Amino acid sequence: MTARLWRFPGGLELPGHKTESCERESGTATLPAEVVLPLQQHIGAPAEAEVEPGQYVRTGERIARARDFVSAPVHASVSGTVQAVEDRPIAHPSGLSAPCVVIASDGTDSWTELTPTPDYTAEAASDLRNRIREAGIVGLGGAGFPSAVKLNPGGRPVETLILNGAECEPYITCDDRLMQEEPARILRGMLIMRHALQAQRCIIGVEDNKPAAIAALTAARDELAGTDPAAAAVEITTVPTRYPAGGEKQLIYTLTGKEVPSDGLPIQVGVVCHNVGTATAVERAISEGRPLVDRLVTVTGSAVAEPRVWRVRLGTPVGDLLEERVRDWGEIGEIIVGGPMMGFRLFHHEAPVAKTSNCLLVPAAEELTPAPDPMPCIRCGACQEVCPARLLPQQLYWHARDKDFDKVQDYNLFDCIECGCCAYVCPSHLPLVQYYRFAKTEIWAAEREKKKSDIARARYEFRNERLEREKAEKAARQAEKKKQVNKGDDQKKAAIEAARKRAQQKKEEQGVQPKNTDESELTEEQQRKVAEAEARRGEGTGEETDTGDTAGKGE
Amino acid sequence: MFELVRSSPHFHPGRSSVRRVMLTVCAALIPGTLAHLWYFGPGIAFNLAAAVAAALATEAVLLRLRHRSVAPFLGDGSAVLTAWLLALALPPLAPWWLPMLGTALGMALGKHLYGGLGHNPFNPAMVGYVILLVSFPREMTAWLPPSGAVDLGAHWQFFLTGSLPAAADLDAVTRATPLDQIKTALGQNRTIPEVWQGNPIFGDLAGIGWEWVNTLFLLGGLWLVFRRTIPWQTPAGVILGVGIPALIFYALDPGAYGSPAFHILSGATILGAFFIATDPVSAPSAPRARLWYGIGIGAFIYIIRTWGGYPDGVAFAVLLMNTAAPTLDYYIQPRTFGHGGGQ
Repeated sequence: MTARLWRFPGGLELPGHKTESCERESGTATLPAEVVLPLQQHIGAPAEAEVEPGQYVRTGERIARARDFVSAPVHASVSGTVQAVEDRPIAHPSGLSAPCVVIASDGTDSWTELTPTPDYTAEAASDLRNRIREAGIVGLGGAGFPSAVKLNPGGRPVETLILNGAECEPYITCDDRLMQEEPARILRGMLIMRHALQAQRCIIGVEDNKPAAIAALTAARDELAGTDPAAAAVEITTVPTRYPAGGEKQLIYTLTGKEVPSDGLPIQVGVVCHNVGTATAVERAISEGRPLVDRLVTVTGSAVAEPRVWRVRLGTPVGDLLEERVRDWGEIGEIIVGGPMMGFRLFHHEAPVAKTSNCLLVPAAEELTPAPDPMPCIRCGACQEVCPARLLPQQLYWHARDKDFDKVQDYNLFDCIECGCCAYVCPSHLPLVQYYRFAKTEIWAAEREKKKSDIARARYEFRNERLEREKAEKAARQAEKKKQVNKGDDQKKAAIEAARKRAQQKKEEQGVQPKNTDESELTEEQQRKVAEAEARRGEGTGEETDTGDTAGKGE
Repeated sequence: MFELVRSSPHFHPGRSSVRRVMLTVCAALIPGTLAHLWYFGPGIAFNLAAAVAAALATEAVLLRLRHRSVAPFLGDGSAVLTAWLLALALPPLAPWWLPMLGTALGMALGKHLYGGLGHNPFNPAMVGYVILLVSFPREMTAWLPPSGAVDLGAHWQFFLTGSLPAAADLDAVTRATPLDQIKTALGQNRTIPEVWQGNPIFGDLAGIGWEWVNTLFLLGGLWLVFRRTIPWQTPAGVILGVGIPALIFYALDPGAYGSPAFHILSGATILGAFFIATDPVSAPSAPRARLWYGIGIGAFIYIIRTWGGYPDGVAFAVLLMNTAAPTLDYYIQPRTFGHGGGQ
């Protein structure tokens, strides 16, 4: 029963350089004297340190907690005293430093208490995911995406669970050794993942340059099938050796014929893909309760005395790991973290091995032919013949060079997986991947700037609006008040006016002349004097203004 | 301490380079060139030598003027290839200044004017050829019949001085090419079979000598496609673009239109399909765009030959489609993995 396979576009056949390191059994590296554990060894938000200098920690104890949903905790990989929580150089192409927890080993490697889960089938999927998350497990194929998040189908059905055993990059052999030495653990890990995802179908994809690994997996599967019927259904499929068959989207296409949508995730086509190393870490986390404190690293290259795969504690400085294994430090060309196609050069030898470091490649100075100086692009199109994403690398190059970032996105820049096939075949030796990385980072920086300025503008507009509103309210209040005051004045005036009119009316009605005394009580003489005064008053009223003296007018 | 930070990939096969690509194409031209030498005399060798010398000299001078480093560009083989194609396009009996002038103008106006290697929108060899064709029509149509009308000595003298030794007469010695003869005959209302029968220059399918030259170019071209040095879409398109209209019109009226085999094996169709149209710099880069580019060239070749003013239209067809190359590239793009389609 050979499964149908699809051929992804482009791709290259590269010299493998794997036999050097995959024929020896893997070894366990000695515990380092000091470990430097970066707080971010994964995609997502960096973890937050929970320990302080001077604190004693045991191996496997959590020293940094995950911050967001897409994040992972960090655990101590040796027992000892925390020396510092500070910035240290890390293995990153920029050569910059990042926050790390530094622990000096006490040499005893005493483990913290572990809580295994004896029967995973009895656990709810979300509980399993929590344990995996708490164990700090991230994708061990090199990308470092938090595995608990990838084991959460979010309500979507999972048709196929794929384990990636392709390991397509030259020189790297840690997955190959793992499949040969611990195939049963891989399968058990796969079954745990299957349970968490409720996946229908399980496939392990392995390149055909690893016959021993395929044989070991098949034997282990057949043996496990005796006790666990779910194991019998696991398919072990050989895929043709072609770089980059181990790319997630490429492997999914090869095994299922489905194309993961450009701005989407594999879950949207009902597929979840994990690395075989991640599966073993999951198995250890569930069956032993063991968090992620070490990983397999391929140490190879012609400057290395015995190329081999080593199990290394996380946080081991690269220099320590290579110290006794490099033949002659004077003759090395450079140290590359990762493989020759996608790895980066390491400048600080004290940078530590992290969850994403799958290989240390130390070529002798003559082995890695230095790239000749680039010539102009002759538009031959060799790059697009090998692009696994079916892009036009040539157009991306021209527009990235011109810094025309709109055009670059028209040609689907973000579908580039940075595999390096285009730069490998270019007859003009152009560093194409470097141009694409430049374009991508420029676009991201521009988007961040735009987001910031959008927020700033929104705040500014809101502030203006608020001030306008306040001003308007204030003006309304004042107008209201004024109206009230005016109304009050008017009322008083109206009352006075009304009273005077009433008085006037009354006077006219009753024909009453204002008199000071009652006439009947006065003598005749007095009455005659009063009449004269009245007559004088009658004259006086016509010439009011002249007198200015109120005596004649009364009160 | 300043160290150069190189991006991945860190492997470089060391096999591929611009020089290797250019010289591979030159190697594929050798069989056809030898046939040309066999049938039409030593002229091609003189022209080739003159053109290569002029190309390298012009390139060196212009690179200096443009303040660029001379050695890497001079050694990249593109000048030699341009010179070779132009030399094949010229009549074998030519004075020394014809190939030199054409190559120099092609390099200057067709390549360095735009920024040198990788920047020219037009095919430099065709630019040089067209300038010569339009400026020196008499020299450019003085073709020879196959098999030695002019001997080596006389040829050398013509090359140096522009005139044959006293005994020979230029008009008696030169002939029109098969395509030219057909065109003239059709213009005189004669049919092709009339012209063909008994005419010493015509062989089974096309002109004698030309059949072999073009067949060997075809073999060289197929080898390049097999080696993936050139894409298959462009030559396939050119041949389809010439062959299908030729088939249609030949079926309608065999007397008035040449057969598809005639058109494909005559003139510069094969040379154009495999060596001239495939100049990567002036052609589109997307696969389907290249196919349509080739078809366009083929169609133009047929149109110019049949209804246009020149007996062979390869140079003009190529230059016309060069102008369309960026548009073809923009509108005919392959579907990116993960966009649309696929389930």
